[in-house]
Amino acid sequence: MDYAALWFWIVTACFAIYFFLEGFDFGVDLLRPFLARNERERKALINTIGPFWDGNEVWVILAAGAIFATFPLWYGALLTGLYPLFTLILLALIGRGVAFEFRAQVDHRHWRVFWDVTSFIGSFIPAFAWGLIMAALVQGLPIGQAGVYQGTLTSYITPFTLFGGLTTTLLFMLHGATFLLLRLDTQSALHARARSAALFWGAFATVAVLGFVYLGYVREELFRSFGLSNWVLPALAALTLAGIWLSLRLKRDGLSFAMSSLTIVFSVVTVFLGLFPKVLPSTLGAAYDLTIRNAASQPYTLYLMTIVGGIFLPLIIGYQAWNYYVFRHRIAVDEPKINQEIISHGTD
Amino acid sequence: MDFSTLELSRFQFATTSIFHFFFVPFTVGFAVFIALLQTLAFVRKSDDLERLTRFFGHLFFINFVVGVVTGIVQEFQFGMNWQVFSNFVGNIFGVPLALEVLMAFFLESTFLGLWWFGKDRLPSWLNLSFIWLVAIGTAISAFWIIIANAWMQHPVGYEILNGQAVLTSFWAVMTNPKGWQWFSHIFAGGLTVAAFFVMAVSGYHLRRKHEIPLFKTGLHLALVLATLGSLGVVASGHIQGQSAVRDQPMKYAAFSALWDTPEGGSMPESLIALPSNTQNRNLFSLEVPYLGSFLAFDNLYQKAQGMNELQAEMVKTYGPGNYIPPVWPVYWAFRIMVGLGGIMLLTVLWGLWLWRKGQLETAKGYLIFLLIMPLVPHLANFSGFVTTEIGRQPWVVQGLLLTKDAVSPLPVAYVIASLVAFWIIYLLLIGLDVFLLTRTARAGMHPPDTELASVPAPDYTLGSDPVKLKGS
Repeated sequence: MDYAALWFWIVTACFAIYFFLEGFDFGVDLLRPFLARNERERKALINTIGPFWDGNEVWVILAAGAIFATFPLWYGALLTGLYPLFTLILLALIGRGVAFEFRAQVDHRHWRVFWDVTSFIGSFIPAFAWGLIMAALVQGLPIGQAGVYQGTLTSYITPFTLFGGLTTTLLFMLHGATFLLLRLDTQSALHARARSAALFWGAFATVAVLGFVYLGYVREELFRSFGLSNWVLPALAALTLAGIWLSLRLKRDGLSFAMSSLTIVFSVVTVFLGLFPKVLPSTLGAAYDLTIRNAASQPYTLYLMTIVGGIFLPLIIGYQAWNYYVFRHRIAVDEPKINQEIISHGTD
Repeated sequence: MDFSTLELSRFQFATTSIFHFFFVPFTVGFAVFIALLQTLAFVRKSDDLERLTRFFGHLFFINFVVGVVTGIVQEFQFGMNWQVFSNFVGNIFGVPLALEVLMAFFLESTFLGLWWFGKDRLPSWLNLSFIWLVAIGTAISAFWIIIANAWMQHPVGYEILNGQAVLTSFWAVMTNPKGWQWFSHIFAGGLTVAAFFVMAVSGYHLRRKHEIPLFKTGLHLALVLATLGSLGVVASGHIQGQSAVRDQPMKYAAFSALWDTPEGGSMPESLIALPSNTQNRNLFSLEVPYLGSFLAFDNLYQKAQGMNELQAEMVKTYGPGNYIPPVWPVYWAFRIMVGLGGIMLLTVLWGLWLWRKGQLETAKGYLIFLLIMPLVPHLANFSGFVTTEIGRQPWVVQGLLLTKDAVSPLPVAYVIASLVAFWIIYLLLIGLDVFLLTRTARAGMHPPDTELASVPAPDYTLGSDPVKLKGS
């Protein structure tokens, strides 16, 4: 078996699952200032992702860990090459992680506003940066001998990578909105606002995706090498993206979320498919390209990782799915009726 | 002094690792304490003990979350600041790291949420199993990262192929005796950190006569754990020191400030010394005869090699260079660690003696003394970290890769900028953590009746109880 290729696809799967899962919790954070009008609504939005975000985040740590063990040269070249970007991501994730827990600890308006701003920025930076990184992977980095980065701070800031960042940010907002449709009390005003937001941000997301595809075709080699069969995935991504719009109109909440999830998954796989068998193309010449051949670990390490991954990945997916099942109920947004009755009795 | 990428990267690694290391042993030990407490609540079917579990759970989260977010930095910085190291060791070092994520991180993050939020949604035996899964997860996580570190300090099961260290036996890596010694040392250390924290909080409330029976249980359970923990720390520490003589003689000589191989019939142990790295000798040293031989070899006559002799041997093996670590910090950090361990042991004995006399909950002096004790194991952990990590310099992988050769070719400005940013964020986090921990710990528990008036809408942020909305 070709373990290096297998691990390339497992890494792809980690990123696909990460963007699918953390995509909506980033999205919910990014939408919060636009959707919530009072503290109760803000709280309800946080509660939709409360039991999940921490588990979602682990997928990116797994992606990084898997790259380290199976493609060490890729790991070093990517993280060192994009050093400032990863520093920003780490700082953002620190702020965001503590924001969730610290926000509820002190009952004061300024305290909450501080953490709300932190978690907004903490979601925006990684949402944008990961898109930029995906685009930079496609575009290639100026890496030379031994995977050493030769560029400057702004080498990877191009219209294409900026469009990549914009695309993931807007797609995650759309994805967050369709997630909220599934999670919020359908009778609430917040639910109706989430639907409008999905349509509104969905339009921008679609434009961004089209722009990314256009630039990817014209300026980069993404899609160029695709044969007829490889066009199936980008075509599916396009179809599901259109499907979101349709299902939103039909008010089929489950379908909308399924469609936005599939859009993200198909898009990620498309990007990696365009990359294969390279893992990090060099803009300084094909001789410096990192590929699944020259960047991979030795067979014994890959074999070992396959065994362990084969045991634990299904287990993890199983208990995470169960976690989602346990907390599947919709989140109440408005004050429960019974309390209002008590209050009205009290004032009689 | 001129700062280079190497020095700044080392400083950054030390910063992020030590900061992370303030939270991790605490989390590991605290999870065990909470799991034990909830087991007690489950067996006794006690709602009150359940309430105590939730109270300490709340404190656990504040700490846990900082541990998690700083752990992400830990995972990424190998590639960011140490590209050459990552390329060299990825085949081996990456595996335990990936295993840590697969076996522990997912387990902790998922079941912690299920434990806290699923309390009224799932049967209580299932809820109890969740906290045990979290406790096991934190321990597994510590285990794999220590196995990875142990490989760097005592490489096993590898061969060098095309300039990379390549795995030949994962079994050897997994059963690296260094790893198991360190794991037991750090696990025991974690128990003491958590136990002294719980003792301080319980003592504080006992002195104020809050919920006396409950905090009595907390104090008793924590004292038992502190006893096991501090004895475990001493025993595993001793085993470790003896194995260092064999596996990392240079490190051992550094923390003993042993420059020259002793000439007499035995090896003394230095109690107080002023080691000088420039003159390769001690400017002053107060020594106890025979003690060194006894501690290192359990007899009175065996001797370890001094640093000067080891240096000469290493120059022969690895070529010219300075292979002696900075002795001053290693020597003193080691002594501070041992001294603090002694204070912990005495505190435990004092507590046990009071307990036996039936005065543990009322001994005002002891309860006040306990308030400063949570700092002591933290400082001991910090000193232990300094001892073991500076003690192995200049090697990042013992005998295979020097630290100075492992660093990423980064512009100095990048590292300065990130270092400043991390320091600002970390100082803020420490401040917030201490503020929230003391605030929550002092607030104590809500009386049982407000628990019954549970609010219909659950609150899905870890550590925040719906009960907190009392009075609304």
